[in-house]
Amino acid sequence: MFLNIPYIAVVVLALIGLATILFKRNLIKIFLGIVILESAVNLFLIALGYREGGIAPIYTNAPAGEEMVFSTVQALTLTSIVIGVATTAVMLTFAMVLWKKYGSIETNKIRRLKE
Amino acid sequence: MIWDVIVAQSPALLIAIPLLFAFFCPFIGKISNMVRNIWVAVGMALTSAVALILAWDVYAFGTRIYVFGAQAANYALPLDSGGIPVRIIFTVDPMSALMQIIAAITGLAIILYSISSEQRHSGLSSFYTLYLLMITGILGMVSTGDLFNFFVFLEIVSIASAGLIAYRVDKGLAVEAALKYFVLSTIGALAILFAIGIYYGEYNALNIAMIASRMQFTVLDQIALVLIMAALAMKCGSVPMHFWTPDAYSMAPSSITAMLVVASQASLYGIFRVLFTLYNVTLNTATVGWIVIVLGVLSMVIGVTMAIPQKNVKRLMAYHAISQTGYMLLGVGVGLAVLGNQPLMDSFGYTAMEGGIFHIINHAMYKGLLFLTAGAVFFRIGTYNLNKMGGLGHSMKWTMVFFIIGALAIAGIPPFNGFASKWMIYESVYVFNPILAIIAMVVSILTLASFVKVFHSIFMGPKLPEYEGVKEAPLPMLIGMGILAVIVILFGIFPETVVSTLIVPAAHALTNQGAYIAAVLGGV
Repeated sequence: MFLNIPYIAVVVLALIGLATILFKRNLIKIFLGIVILESAVNLFLIALGYREGGIAPIYTNAPAGEEMVFSTVQALTLTSIVIGVATTAVMLTFAMVLWKKYGSIETNKIRRLKE
Repeated sequence: MIWDVIVAQSPALLIAIPLLFAFFCPFIGKISNMVRNIWVAVGMALTSAVALILAWDVYAFGTRIYVFGAQAANYALPLDSGGIPVRIIFTVDPMSALMQIIAAITGLAIILYSISSEQRHSGLSSFYTLYLLMITGILGMVSTGDLFNFFVFLEIVSIASAGLIAYRVDKGLAVEAALKYFVLSTIGALAILFAIGIYYGEYNALNIAMIASRMQFTVLDQIALVLIMAALAMKCGSVPMHFWTPDAYSMAPSSITAMLVVASQASLYGIFRVLFTLYNVTLNTATVGWIVIVLGVLSMVIGVTMAIPQKNVKRLMAYHAISQTGYMLLGVGVGLAVLGNQPLMDSFGYTAMEGGIFHIINHAMYKGLLFLTAGAVFFRIGTYNLNKMGGLGHSMKWTMVFFIIGALAIAGIPPFNGFASKWMIYESVYVFNPILAIIAMVVSILTLASFVKVFHSIFMGPKLPEYEGVKEAPLPMLIGMGILAVIVILFGIFPETVVSTLIVPAAHALTNQGAYIAAVLGGV
């Protein structure tokens, strides 16, 4: 049960993120929803990387007979965070331009493509 | 000597060259526009050359693997790793090589085209930087043998394309289209990342071959499959999630729209790679095959019916792009539905898959050509509205010829390439299920009807007074369109040669999961 808490948090965060994306009209809030969803995925990756009793894979520090844990998911999460920063920056830039051009960042006002 | 080095290192060069040229593009742009244009054209030409060399090597000598950071390029399994490929591996089999050929040819044609089509705009250094990054991402997506790597390249493509769609702000309309595309892409990419996490948790691996060799098809794998399929089907513009396609395709500059077609097909490649290489016969192939077929048929029908009433020529073409994607899904879906049943596979399964895969390369060529002609018309008259056009056939003869070639190819009229691949799809799908083949033919007829209308309203009729001074498109644009037009014709005249040299190896590489695994993990 205790080890499942991160996974429960992942589900809760993902649901909050999806609900925010679906039900909010303000672009900034939608972006926040995406960031929350992204945190859920990152937390999921990190939670996968935990092995009970394992130690960091630094060869010289390894006591004999201990399990070493490969740090792939930590590397994945770092990459994913960096990509997340880039996507958030691009989305906020779009919101800025739309604010200048349309005078609003409410999604029900941003629909000039459909006449 | 130097040739050997290039061939041996080509998978790494494929990514390194466009990245390097993209990085230096803004600095070179400070010198002068001329120097920057040459820099970009040289960068793209080198990338295409490396891609073609690698594709030739793969077709001649079989699947290539490239291991980053290993003692030797093909040293996939470190001795003390216990048989786990820990490094990032590029696995280039004939299917990947085919996608590289598509990206190389269209990329080069489009860069020639955009050197003149974009010359009147500012901020071109960032335009070309993003363009080269997009090429990097597409080539990476189709070459990589590692799922997380696939996700990273997918995000590179998304970010670069979103920037390029929004490039002509156009009173905010283009930004609106880009925002829609980008929000959907980001959510899709997160779904893919979640699925990758599931695979890693189950199989302790990220390498496609490694996961494929351990695949159990548990409930978790089914969830992961649904997440990946939904995200990639959205990215390739298949029907239930197609609504971003017309907006993004119509608001992007025409050269970028042609490139977006290739990017969508890289996502389509992702679907095929996941279905055939990652899961293969562990799937319930009949069910999943039928899901792919239904997606394909819906895309075909809804795409073409939405296209007919459109007034904006690029929006119309975008709906046709959705419809054509349906053909690829249909062909490959039929192949998937009978996968594992060797007699059926031999009688029509392989032909259907070859038709679907042949349609990918054909579609990239003629749809790219059509978007480029629409861009050429826009370049001269400044509107995409079909009701305001007319009589341009008098002044833009070459553009008209290229448009006819593209339109006949998309409608599946011989002797153009669209006919060759559609014929393969019709005859094989007819054996599988006649109704599907009939739907495909009806869609083809509607496509022809729609393009006759477009042709008539753009080029036919008397010369309009407001377009009195309109001239032919500039030479570099014509060369860019010409490259694609020549390929459309050549592929249409010699379909047998193309199918037997390029398409058959690709289709067999896709179905033969064992060979893919063996190429990375050694003999199985």
